Amino acid sequence: MKQILFALFILTWYLPAEAQKFMTRTGHISFFSKAPLENIEAHNNQASGVFDRENGQLAFSVLMKGFTFEKALMQEHFNENYVESDKFPKATFKGEIKDFEQVNWKNGSAAKVKVEGDLTIHGVSKKIAVDGEISLQDGNLLARSTFPVRLSDYDIKIPKAVVNNIAEVVDVTVEFNMEPYIQ
Amino acid sequence: MALLWWVPAFAQEDLLSILDEEEEQQVEQAYATFKTTRIVNGQSVETNAGGVLNFIIGHRFGKINDGPYQFFGLDESTIRLGLEYGISDRIGIGIGRSSFQKTFDGSVKIKALAQNTGGTPVTVVIFSGIALNSLRWSDPERDNYYSSRLSYFHQLLIGRKFSSALSVQLTPTLIHRNLVPTMEDHNDVYALGAGARLKLTNRISLNGEYYYVFPGYNRPGLFNSAAIGFDIETGGHIFQLHFTNSKGMVENYFIAETNGDLAKGDVYFGFNINRVFQIVKNK
Repeated sequence: MKQILFALFILTWYLPAEAQKFMTRTGHISFFSKAPLENIEAHNNQASGVFDRENGQLAFSVLMKGFTFEKALMQEHFNENYVESDKFPKATFKGEIKDFEQVNWKNGSAAKVKVEGDLTIHGVSKKIAVDGEISLQDGNLLARSTFPVRLSDYDIKIPKAVVNNIAEVVDVTVEFNMEPYIQ
Repeated sequence: MALLWWVPAFAQEDLLSILDEEEEQQVEQAYATFKTTRIVNGQSVETNAGGVLNFIIGHRFGKINDGPYQFFGLDESTIRLGLEYGISDRIGIGIGRSSFQKTFDGSVKIKALAQNTGGTPVTVVIFSGIALNSLRWSDPERDNYYSSRLSYFHQLLIGRKFSSALSVQLTPTLIHRNLVPTMEDHNDVYALGAGARLKLTNRISLNGEYYYVFPGYNRPGLFNSAAIGFDIETGGHIFQLHFTNSKGMVENYFIAETNGDLAKGDVYFGFNINRVFQIVKNK
């Protein structure tokens, strides 16, 4: 009898009380480059993101081939020549919200946060610190941020011939609507 | 109490690994098997994307072994102006006009199968076209038929991208010419083309191509077409530099009527410029 009770006690460890994490596989990431000869814009609606409410850690991962452009040739060059997606299929971010315990994000309105972590693009990882906002709405966690990315920081080379077509620094926007996730 | 060993430890979990587990293996389609829609002379399995207009200016000069007086062939040049349009990612049409034999050509290219990681090992494309020789009749008094000006070409392009650096293609071909020069020529010519590209850098590739005409279909004096070329990609243009023993740039000429003898050094230098315009935008 004692053994059965003990086993049942252990089993309660497996019952989640409340979802500890939020996740989505349909996050939206876009970037925008403004240059004298042309502007370039791309969107990816299949980014994966996960957020841990216990400690404010978050991570996202996105397949480079999933970025769509207005011009097919831009998309091909992006993959073939710039980010070399055959060699580096994904871009990832792993980090956390600074001073998470002090952030009031549960009351339905957007809370401004600072996020720090490692951003990896084209095989190169860099520590970044960016501003963003999170909020809890209808049980889902909304997280968004817009931050600049300097292409040369990630070894992405722009040939002289197209220097007026591609900006050195592009604006990246991430928007995640994450649902409660139970492992 | 031995059960305690069994208690799992909830170690600090790597969030990224959760995302990796959750990700389904997506089926990816092979893209950019070749840099443009041609390998050197002949078609590649690449089609223009939907809404894309590809303007191709093809130049073919004279034979290099014509010597310094002809400036190694550069003094004599023929040109082909071509336009290709991608109706969709899989269906394309093309038109062109060559100064060689004053020939108009029209073609349709349909991607029947696209190579992907989900079990399709090759890309298969159907290419069919018609060529119209618009030269004036050499003997206007004769009974000349309009249909004699026409040739047809049909190809099945089977290509595979082996790696980001290497792509290979096989091209069974049928050429039909309504009128041929001599009794020894065949109206129907069967050939098998083979082509490959080796990507040297992200923007430069080395391409090679050979069209083997099946025994008996080439009369003496005609040879198999061989070509080698470089593709150089800049922002919106792709330049192709090539050396070949074929003078014409339309399928019925370079596959069935190549008279350049490589053993004698009959090599023509040429270059193509491809300029791509996105006419109908993707979003």
